[in-house]
Amino acid sequence: MSDQEQQPTDAPEPRGAGLEQPEIEHRPRWRETLSVLMSNRLAAVGLVVLVVMVVTAILGHRLAPYALDAQDLTRRFDPPSADHWFGTDDLGQDVFSRVVIGARSSLLVAGVSVGISMVVGTLLGLLAGYRGGWMDSTLMRTMDVLFAFPVVLLAIALVAVFGPSLRNTMLAIAVVFTPIFARVVRGSVLSVREQLYVRAVRSLGAGDLRIVLRHVLPNVAAPVLVQTSLSLAFAILTEAALSYVGVGVQPPTPAWGSMLSDAQRYMAQGWWLSVFPGLAIFVTVMSFNLLGDGLRDALDPQQRSIIEARGAGAKDGDA
Amino acid sequence: MSGYVLRRVGQSLLALLGVSIVVFALMHLVPGDPIRTALGTRFDQDVYEVLLARSGLDQPIPIQYVDWLTSALVGDLGVSFRTGQPVSDALMQRLPATALLAVAALLVGIVIALPAGIVSAVRQGKPVDYAANGFAQVGVSVPDFWYGILLILVFAQILGWLPPSGYTSPLDDPVDALRRLILPAVTAGVVTGAILTRFVRSSVLEAMSADHVRLARAKGMPSGYVLRHHVLRNAWIPIITVSGLQLGTLLGGIVVVEVVFAWNGLGRLALDAVVRRDYPVLQGAVLLIAGVFLLINLLVDLVYAKLDPRIAAS
Repeated sequence: MSDQEQQPTDAPEPRGAGLEQPEIEHRPRWRETLSVLMSNRLAAVGLVVLVVMVVTAILGHRLAPYALDAQDLTRRFDPPSADHWFGTDDLGQDVFSRVVIGARSSLLVAGVSVGISMVVGTLLGLLAGYRGGWMDSTLMRTMDVLFAFPVVLLAIALVAVFGPSLRNTMLAIAVVFTPIFARVVRGSVLSVREQLYVRAVRSLGAGDLRIVLRHVLPNVAAPVLVQTSLSLAFAILTEAALSYVGVGVQPPTPAWGSMLSDAQRYMAQGWWLSVFPGLAIFVTVMSFNLLGDGLRDALDPQQRSIIEARGAGAKDGDA
Repeated sequence: MSGYVLRRVGQSLLALLGVSIVVFALMHLVPGDPIRTALGTRFDQDVYEVLLARSGLDQPIPIQYVDWLTSALVGDLGVSFRTGQPVSDALMQRLPATALLAVAALLVGIVIALPAGIVSAVRQGKPVDYAANGFAQVGVSVPDFWYGILLILVFAQILGWLPPSGYTSPLDDPVDALRRLILPAVTAGVVTGAILTRFVRSSVLEAMSADHVRLARAKGMPSGYVLRHHVLRNAWIPIITVSGLQLGTLLGGIVVVEVVFAWNGLGRLALDAVVRRDYPVLQGAVLLIAGVFLLINLLVDLVYAKLDPRIAAS
C-alpha cells in the first residue's frame, strides 16, 4: 500500500530526472549531420555536383543547346568548338546535348533501381534480423545465393531473360542490389534488438510493429543512407555497363554507356566521342562515392566527435 | 578445424544448390517458349522437336530440374541452340582466356596496391597518402570499359604501340599473346588495384597500432626493420585473403572488359548467347562463373583459417 502511495512522487524519478539533458541548444539530427557533412569539403563538392546532375537530368531537353534528333550531316565528326562544346558524332549530332539528355536515363535507372532495392532490402533485413530463427536463415541464405553471382553478369542474364528495356534494366539492377541492403540492415537490427532500451520498451508491452517503426528503423537509417549513396554510384556504373554491351537502355534514348559503345566504332574519327560520355559517368559516380564516404563519416558518432573536436580545436586556435 | 572445414564446405554446397536453382529458373522465366524464341525466323518444326526432346522442356519442371542437375554434375550442360555444340565444350574452350585475363589483372592490381597501400599507411597524413587515397577513390569510380577505351585510343590508335583488341593463346604465340594481354589486364587491374590499395592501407595501419609494434618502436628499432618483421608479417594474411577474393570477383566482373577488347572469354560467350538467345550457353556460362566464384571463396576461407587458426576457433 505504501508503495502505491509513493508511486506518484517516485515515478518520474527513474524515467527522466536523472537522464535529463542540461539546457543546451537542441538542433534536429539531420541539420547536425548536414553541417558535419558540409564541413567535409570533398563530400560537399560531391553533393553540389549531384544537385547539378539531378537538375540536368530533370531539365535535360531544355538545357541541351540542340534537339535530340537534330542532325547536320555536313558537320560529322566536328571536334569540340564554340558551337559544339563536346564536338559532333557520326550523324553530325551535338555530343554535349546527348550527354546532357543522357543524364536522365542514367540517373533514372540508378535512382529507381536503388530505391526499389533499398525498400525491399530494408524490409527483408528487418524481418530477418528482428524475427530471427528460420525466417532469418531462409532469407539470408537466399541473399547469399544472389551474392554468389557477379553483379554485372546476373544483371545481364536477367535483362536477357526479360528482354532489354528501361524497365527491365531497372528491375535487374534492383534485384542484384537488394542483398547488400538486406545484409546491412540485418546487421544493424541484430545489434539494436538487444539494446537495453529496446528490451525496456518491449517489457513495457510495446508491440513488434511499434518497436520496429519507432526504435529499430531510426537506428538502421544511417547505414542505409550511406549504403544508398554508395549503391547509387555502383548502379550508375552497372547501368552504363549494360547499355555499353547493348542490353540496357535502348536507342533512340541516349545513354552514356551506349554512346561509348558507338564511340568505340568511330575512335579513329574523333577522340571526343570516347572522352565526354565517360567523363560524365565518372564524375557522377565519383560524386556519389564522395557523398557516401562523407555521410559515413558524418553519421558515425565516433568519427563525428573526432571531426567536431578538430573543428572546435581549430576555433579555439583562432581565438 | 575439421568442423570448420565441413561447415564451410556444406555452406558452399548449399549456396551452389541455390545458384543452380536460380540459373535453372532463369531459362523458365523466358516469356514464351525459349526454343521457339531462339529459333526465331529460322523456325523449323523438325529442328524444334529435336531441340525440345534434347532439352527435356516437354517434361514437368521438377523433373526437368533434377535431370538438368544430375547431368550438370557429370559435366553435361546440354547443347547450344545455335551451333549444336555441347555447352561444356564451348565453356572449356573459353575458360582459359578468362582465367588468364583475371590472373593477369589480379597481378596488376597487387603490383599497384602493395607499394601504394604500404607507403600510404607508413606516411599517413602526408602528401603520398593523399595521392594514394585519391588514386583509390578515382579507381573505384572510373567505369572500367571507358578507361579501356581510352587506353585503346592512346596506346593503339595514337601511339600504335599495342594491338587494340583480340585474344591469342600463349601456347600459339607467347609474344603476341602478351602484347594483347597488356591493355585488358591493366584495364581490369586498375580497379582491383584501387580496391586493394584501400585494404592494404587499413591492414597495415591496424598492424602498426599493435602493442608489440609500439614496443619495438619504443625500443628504438629501425623503422624499416619494424615494418618488415612486425607490421607486414601480421598484415599479409588479410591482404592475401582479400586478393584471393578479388580473383573471384574479377572472373565474373571482366565480362565488359572482354567486350571492350574483343577477348574470347566466358563473358563474351555469355553475352553472345544473350544476343543470340542461346539460353543453354547462357545458363552454362553463368553457372560455371558463379560456381568458380564460390569455389575460390571457399578455398580462400580455408587457407585463411589455416594461416590464422583463430578464425576456425571462433
